Amino acid sequence: MSGTDTREVDPVTGHDTTGHNWNGIKELNTPFPKLVIWILALAFLYSVVAWILLPAWPTGRDYTRGLLGLDQGTEAVTGFREIAAERQGWLDRFEAPDIAALQADTGLMRQAMPAARRLFDDNCAACHGTSGQGGPGFPVLADGYWLWSGDPAEIALTIRHGINANEESRIAEMPAFNWMSAAERAELAGYVATLPKGDADSDSPAAAIFSENCAACHGDGGTGGLGVGAPSLTDVSVLYGQDAATVLQTLTHGRHGVMPAWAGRLSEAEINLLALYVADLAETKGEVAK
Amino acid sequence: MLRLHYNLEKLSMGLVGAIIVAASIGGLVEIAPLFTIDETVAVPDDLRPHTPLELAGREIYIREGCYACHSQMVRSLADEIDRYGPYSLAGESAYDHPMLWGSKRTGPDLARLGGKYSDLWHVEHLVDPRSVVPASIMPAYPWLARPLDTGLLHDKLATLARLGVPYDEAMIAAAKTDALAQSRPDSDGAEAVTVRYGGKVAVRAFDGDPETLTEMDAVVAYLQSLGTLTEAPYRVLAEDRP
Repeated sequence: MSGTDTREVDPVTGHDTTGHNWNGIKELNTPFPKLVIWILALAFLYSVVAWILLPAWPTGRDYTRGLLGLDQGTEAVTGFREIAAERQGWLDRFEAPDIAALQADTGLMRQAMPAARRLFDDNCAACHGTSGQGGPGFPVLADGYWLWSGDPAEIALTIRHGINANEESRIAEMPAFNWMSAAERAELAGYVATLPKGDADSDSPAAAIFSENCAACHGDGGTGGLGVGAPSLTDVSVLYGQDAATVLQTLTHGRHGVMPAWAGRLSEAEINLLALYVADLAETKGEVAK
Repeated sequence: MLRLHYNLEKLSMGLVGAIIVAASIGGLVEIAPLFTIDETVAVPDDLRPHTPLELAGREIYIREGCYACHSQMVRSLADEIDRYGPYSLAGESAYDHPMLWGSKRTGPDLARLGGKYSDLWHVEHLVDPRSVVPASIMPAYPWLARPLDTGLLHDKLATLARLGVPYDEAMIAAAKTDALAQSRPDSDGAEAVTVRYGGKVAVRAFDGDPETLTEMDAVVAYLQSLGTLTEAPYRVLAEDRP
C-alpha cells in the first residue's frame, strides 16, 4: 500500500490506478460509467416523483394516497364499465322482449354473432362442446331435438333459470324405479331399447309396465313431447343412451341432470343473445343431423 | 465523484449502518401494514366459513396441487372483471389458512367458479378432462372416487377456530356428521348443515351417489363453493365510483 495522495495515471487508458502495488502489479481505478450513474439518478428521481403522485407509503392504518388519487379497484371497475358501455350500443337491442323478431334482423345478427360465439365458448362450451355437439350427459344443441322447445324465448328461459338448479329452474327428474323387481326392470329396459326401431311389441308385459309407469311423462308409446322434461323415446335424442344396459342403469338409479342458472352471471341481453345463437346452431346444423 | 466514493469506501462501519437503514425501510414498508391488518382488511359481514365437507375438498385441492395451475384471485383489471366477475377482495379469504390466491394460471382462475358448471360436469371433468374439454391439458384425477377420510375433520375445524375462523363448538363437534350429511340431501342431518352454515350451502350428492362419501364429493362441494361465501365483491363492483 502506498500513499493516498500520489496519483498515478496509467499511460495506456488514461485512468488513475488505485495506488495499490503488489510486487509491481497495479490495479486500474476505472471510474463508474457515467451512463449508469445517470440511470441510477433518474431512477431515484422517478421514485421520489412516484411517491408524490401514486399511493406509496404505509402510515399505520392508512397509506399516502398520492396527488393523482389513483385507486386500482376504481381503475378496473371504470375500465370494465367502459367496455360494457361500448357494447351497450348494439347489445341493448337484445333486451327486447320479442327476441324472435331479432332473428329476422340479419344485419344485427351478423354483427352480434362473433360476440355470441365468444360468450358460448366462455360459458356453454365446457358442457355442450365448442360447436354444440354435446358431451357425456350433456345435450347436443346442434341436432334440432329439444326437451322443451327450440324457440329462442324458451331457450332463453332455460339459460336464465337452468334445469334442476334452483326453485325457478325447469324440472327434469327421472325417478329411480329401483322398487321394481330386477326382472321387471330388465324386461322394461329391453322394451325401451327397441322403441326407436319402431318394432316394439305393444302387447308384451313390458309394454303394459311402460304404459302404467312411464307413459305419464314420456307419452303413450314413448313419443314424448309433453314438455315435462321427459324425452321422446322413439327417436335417437335420449341424452344418456338408449341401449338396454344404459336404460337399466337409468331405471335403477334415476337421472337428475343439472344445468346451472345463468341469471346474475350473464345479463338479460347476453342471455337473449346466447339463446339466438343456440337456436341458430340447431337450425343450421340440425337439418344435417336429421 | 471518484474522490467521494474513494473516501466513502473507507468508512466501512458507515456502510454497514447505511445498509441497515436501507433494508429497514424495505422491511418497514412490507411488514408494518401487517400490524394493523385486522383493522385495514374488512371481513365481509356475510362471509361464511367453509363447511367440513368443503374444507376436506380444500385439503384435497392442496394435496393434488391444483393451486400450481389454477389461481383463485380475479385481479383488479377491467378484462379480468369482464371474463371472471368482480375482482377478489382481501376479506374474501380471511378464513383461508393458507390462502390459495396463486399467481400462475396454466388453467383458468377459479375464484368465481361456484355454480358455473353442474356437479356432473365437475365429476366427468376431474375423472377425464378430455371427455368434456377436448383441448384440455389438465391431468385426470380418477382416484378421487375413493372414500373420504373424515377422521381428522374435527381437529382441523378446532385448529382453524383457534386461528380465528368462526367455527363454534357445535360446528366442531358435528364436523364429521356434517360432512356426511352435506352429501346426503335426504338424511336427517342435512337440515342441520344449512342451519349451521347458512341456507345458501349446497346440500347434494355431489358425485351423484348419496351412498358413499368420496373424495369426489368433497372436491366438487369445495369447487361449487368458490366465490359463493360472500356477496361482498358484487357489492363492491356495483358501488358508485368517483
